[in-house]
Amino acid sequence: MKHVKSLNTKNLQNTLKKGGCGECQTSCQSACKTSCTVGNQSCEHK
Amino acid sequence: MQIHRYRSNGYNIILDVPSSSVHVADDLFYDAAGIMAETESAEDTEKQLLASAESGKYDLEDAQTEIKEVLEEMEELRNQGALFSPEPYAPAIEEFVKRPTVVKALCLHIAHDCNLACRYCFAEEGEYHGRRALMSYETGKKALDFLVNNSGLRKNLEVDFFGGEPLMNWEVVKQLVAYGHELEKRSENTFAPKHFRFTLTTNGVLLNDEIMEFCNREMHNVVLSIDGRREVHDRMRPFRKGQGSYDLILPKLLKFAKQRQELGLSYYVRGTYTHWNLDFAADVLHLADLGFDQISVEPVVAPPEEDYAIRPEDVPFLCEQYDILAREMIKRKKEGKGFNFFHFMIDLTGGPCVYKRLSGCGSGTEYLAVTPWGDFYPCHQFVGNEKFLLGNTDTGIERGDIVEEFKKVNVYAKKECSSCFARFYCSGGCAANSYNFTGGINDVYEIGCQLQRKRVECSIMLKAALGS
Repeated sequence: MKHVKSLNTKNLQNTLKKGGCGECQTSCQSACKTSCTVGNQSCEHK
Repeated sequence: MQIHRYRSNGYNIILDVPSSSVHVADDLFYDAAGIMAETESAEDTEKQLLASAESGKYDLEDAQTEIKEVLEEMEELRNQGALFSPEPYAPAIEEFVKRPTVVKALCLHIAHDCNLACRYCFAEEGEYHGRRALMSYETGKKALDFLVNNSGLRKNLEVDFFGGEPLMNWEVVKQLVAYGHELEKRSENTFAPKHFRFTLTTNGVLLNDEIMEFCNREMHNVVLSIDGRREVHDRMRPFRKGQGSYDLILPKLLKFAKQRQELGLSYYVRGTYTHWNLDFAADVLHLADLGFDQISVEPVVAPPEEDYAIRPEDVPFLCEQYDILAREMIKRKKEGKGFNFFHFMIDLTGGPCVYKRLSGCGSGTEYLAVTPWGDFYPCHQFVGNEKFLLGNTDTGIERGDIVEEFKKVNVYAKKECSSCFARFYCSGGCAANSYNFTGGINDVYEIGCQLQRKRVECSIMLKAALGS
């Protein structure tokens, strides 16, 4: 496309059917202990 | 449908909120997307763009053709589900939050005692509004048993050794890691094998070679507390008698971080910024200059009456600091001197599913804090508030009613989140922050939200800049 460039992203709608396994890290078990960040975590669905 | 448009560091960025697709646009497309979002009409969008083109807003050779191209490209992205996409998640999340939950992570308060007297400590110098205490091996064992017995089919179990200062009870940490391995072995041939991921959060005062070597063998991640520049760190993180701790801990943290870098192991240096160092970008860069490459520096969460608390009027300056930091990170990355800043990390291609993103942080349900004497609380920030005491390692969870309240915490339960573009990146924010500032666990902490939105914007811009 000439006027817009899309970054490579995961379409969240595609995760609606297969998501929710819960194997991923708990939000606060990372570097933060006072905020809540999930966008930087990885999916561990196998 | 919802889009969020913003200009940052010379990039026109369009975030399609429900799909989390990200687009970098030229001025014409950027404006077109804004008009389309407002009018929902291709005809009106075309008319308004033509009028702007005629007034000389854009430098176009053939405005009509280019506007037509923009509208076609926009339609193509819409058809791909990457722009103006619907948000069909609410019914699924509503069902998801009703599921029977399992416990998958514990924050073990291995020591309610500390060798520092950090001024902003929510644990009140390690004591959490209570008495000084160290967790016994027996209590720790019961906590790990509880975790295994309440984790259902979940394989990965997380245990953070937290405090106070966990190194003040180091022998028990080592014993519990060994016990965790014993539990892993016992589960090997069962229908639900278990794997522990241990982490340690420490102020570094008692770090020595033996501890580092053990952690490099056993700890999935270590979080090392340091706030940044010496004067900033020492002001807020003194010893009990007032002397600063920077000079004592820095060589230890540097040595530990270097070892973990070389071994390819996770670590973070983690700092807290307050009203006294609003120019916190300098602290992040100071840590990077020292050689740390995994850095997290976060805003203090404090009652508004504290002199070091972040105030609403500080927010614009803090947002500028995030911009300064982001630009410097791009520069350093291009020079081969890049580093990670925790709050600018975003996984656009492999990030969590929509359930994870919308169903809250898991406190009180999947994640519990355990005091030295075995009491359960929804998370480390609720420890000491008796209203949130859930049970203990002998009785198990006795307050299912509180757990049910925490199960209801999710993005769609918070009215403020419904119009916020960042709702897919923070899972509705921190329940403890909400409680501390509003009295309820299902509200939002506005300063935290403003800073979160800025960080999301910066992290997406960084992807645009470094991907190009």
